[in-house]
Amino acid sequence: MDPFQKFRGVIAPLQRSNVDTDQIIPKQFLKSVKRTGFGESLFFDWRFLADGNPDPDFVLSRDAFRTAEILVAGNNFGCGSSREHAVWAVMQFGFKCVIAPSRGEGLERVPGFADIFCNNSVKNGLLTIELSEAEVDSIFEVVTASPGSEATVDLESQTVTIHGDTDLVLSFEIDGASKETLVKGLDEIALTLQSDPQITAFEKSHQTYLP
Amino acid sequence: MAKTLFEKIWNRHIVEDFDDGTTLLYIDRHLVHEVTSPQAFEGLRLAGRAVRRPELTFATMDHNVPTTADRDTIRDPVSKAQMDALAVNCEDFGVQLYGLGHDRQGIVHIIGPDLGITLPGLTMVCGDSHTSTHGAFGTLAFGIGTSEVEHVLAAQTLRQKKPPTFRVTFTGSLCEGATAKDMVLKLIGMIGAAGGTGYVIEYSGDAIRDLSMEGRMTVCNMTIEAGARAGMIAPDEKTFEFISRIERPFAPRGAELERAIADWRTLPTDEGAEFDRELEIDASQIAPQVTWGTNPGMVIDVTGSIPNPEDVPGCTPGDVQKALDYMGLESGKAITDIPVDTVFIGSCTNARMEDLRRAAKILEGRKVANSVRLLVVPGSAEIRREAEEEGLDKVFTEAGAEWRFAGCSMCLGMNPDQLKPRERCASTSNRNFEGRQGKGGRTHLVSPEMAAVAAVEGHFVDIRDWMKE
Repeated sequence: MDPFQKFRGVIAPLQRSNVDTDQIIPKQFLKSVKRTGFGESLFFDWRFLADGNPDPDFVLSRDAFRTAEILVAGNNFGCGSSREHAVWAVMQFGFKCVIAPSRGEGLERVPGFADIFCNNSVKNGLLTIELSEAEVDSIFEVVTASPGSEATVDLESQTVTIHGDTDLVLSFEIDGASKETLVKGLDEIALTLQSDPQITAFEKSHQTYLP
Repeated sequence: MAKTLFEKIWNRHIVEDFDDGTTLLYIDRHLVHEVTSPQAFEGLRLAGRAVRRPELTFATMDHNVPTTADRDTIRDPVSKAQMDALAVNCEDFGVQLYGLGHDRQGIVHIIGPDLGITLPGLTMVCGDSHTSTHGAFGTLAFGIGTSEVEHVLAAQTLRQKKPPTFRVTFTGSLCEGATAKDMVLKLIGMIGAAGGTGYVIEYSGDAIRDLSMEGRMTVCNMTIEAGARAGMIAPDEKTFEFISRIERPFAPRGAELERAIADWRTLPTDEGAEFDRELEIDASQIAPQVTWGTNPGMVIDVTGSIPNPEDVPGCTPGDVQKALDYMGLESGKAITDIPVDTVFIGSCTNARMEDLRRAAKILEGRKVANSVRLLVVPGSAEIRREAEEEGLDKVFTEAGAEWRFAGCSMCLGMNPDQLKPRERCASTSNRNFEGRQGKGGRTHLVSPEMAAVAAVEGHFVDIRDWMKE
């Protein structure tokens, strides 16, 4: 996996909550046995009309966002199925980062991203950034006023800088393990296989109840 | 110190704790299906790696398989290629496959328990979000992506952050006509489609204890629809009876089973163990539920009507309006005034014997409304046989239903079973996402009873009133 590097890119706004993986990549595209070729089908049902032509009203069909590398969406992005194809589609379209807001506080806090989508993202080098609702709203405002606006995403310093008349710098949290995996582009399987002696030792005394 | 069911299982499976806060967790059972595995096997090939414990790995074909009698001829060449790839991968890597035509083929989350693969106290994963189903046995079971599938194939472990715990206690007893499906839909409606994100939920309380293993599986199955990592229910006598009842090739037997049960009795959450979050729900107040929107949190009592966009907690008015536009519904319309075109009884949520029996009880001696197409899709080849032995197939076909072969079918429409645009479906499945059952299709999630009665009447009906008549 390639290490995640600081970049500056166009922001595309998708103002919807609960964007599920069936929307990100509909089922008919899950039949592929490959890891590639999913980008052109990203958000297929929203992006394309019944006749196969792009829906001009959908955000990613607009000229200003075709080369976008940062997707900003509503909360609970990536909910639903475990299909990693969703992450592949987002990345293969050209996105390097998705931003979504968490909502509420304490025990009732609703995260920006669904759990499995988040896990799958780290494994593939896609950065998911959770910001507050107010911060995400401010990004939507900037992008609505000025489509084609850009931001710089810096994982090392954990900041997103929205470029405009004045730059808006937003900080984000990320757990240490995910950050290291992304920054170093770690191959998790190779890493785990370094623990092979520990796994073998564990298996000697572990009961799996297989007859 | 008092421990929860989850903590006890977690602790038993720690291979190594790392400084970054993650744990290498041992995985006891790995279920595999054709959709999320080909890239993982290919990854193994490219890296020259083997499957570490093929005897703990079990595969089936379920998502793509046709459910019609001519199912052996797969007309979609892309589906066929994916199924063929699984067959080759299982052959090459020594994995047991319950493929199309095998007498134990079926939906992955239905054959796991039926074959005795699913047992209390184990960790279990599958490249499928509804793996949470297996938690009904007191198993820590969760869905993973393809990269993690490859990781488990190669190393029989996963690197995990320990999730927080959430106990949901259903007190009291369900009223007649309300089911396990209504309990879990009610919960999702209360906490929202992301309300459980990241948690491992343990279900407890009298109403959970009263459920059959099938009902418990339904509840745990849909835990992911609240965003939670896993759902669990402590094993009890019902669990042990399920495992012991009939021949299950991968369950222990005899003295070995006795020893296992003695161990499994130590698993339930200790008195005084603490959860990160708790919620209590009075089961006696749960009415039959019907979803009206495009995520499972958009759900209401059958006696209700379509809400105003401003009145849906946890959703913005804009999101609700988008959902209503997609569903072709207007605020204020009574749920019981909504007509249905198709009824789907099936999926890993509700395609077990108990579900089919309950639906058949309603359909017996009745006819499906002229305007309605009813599909009944058993969860496994074994369930299909058992249902036929009981004559349920006759009940369904005489009522005018299509009696199909086992697979995921119209739950996600990867096979030819799909809704047409704007077709409205009462479905016993688990997701009412846009396009889930077919592009433009409109899904309302309900229990098997509510689906069957909607098929007869041609619109949603409060089954409690219907049973009185």
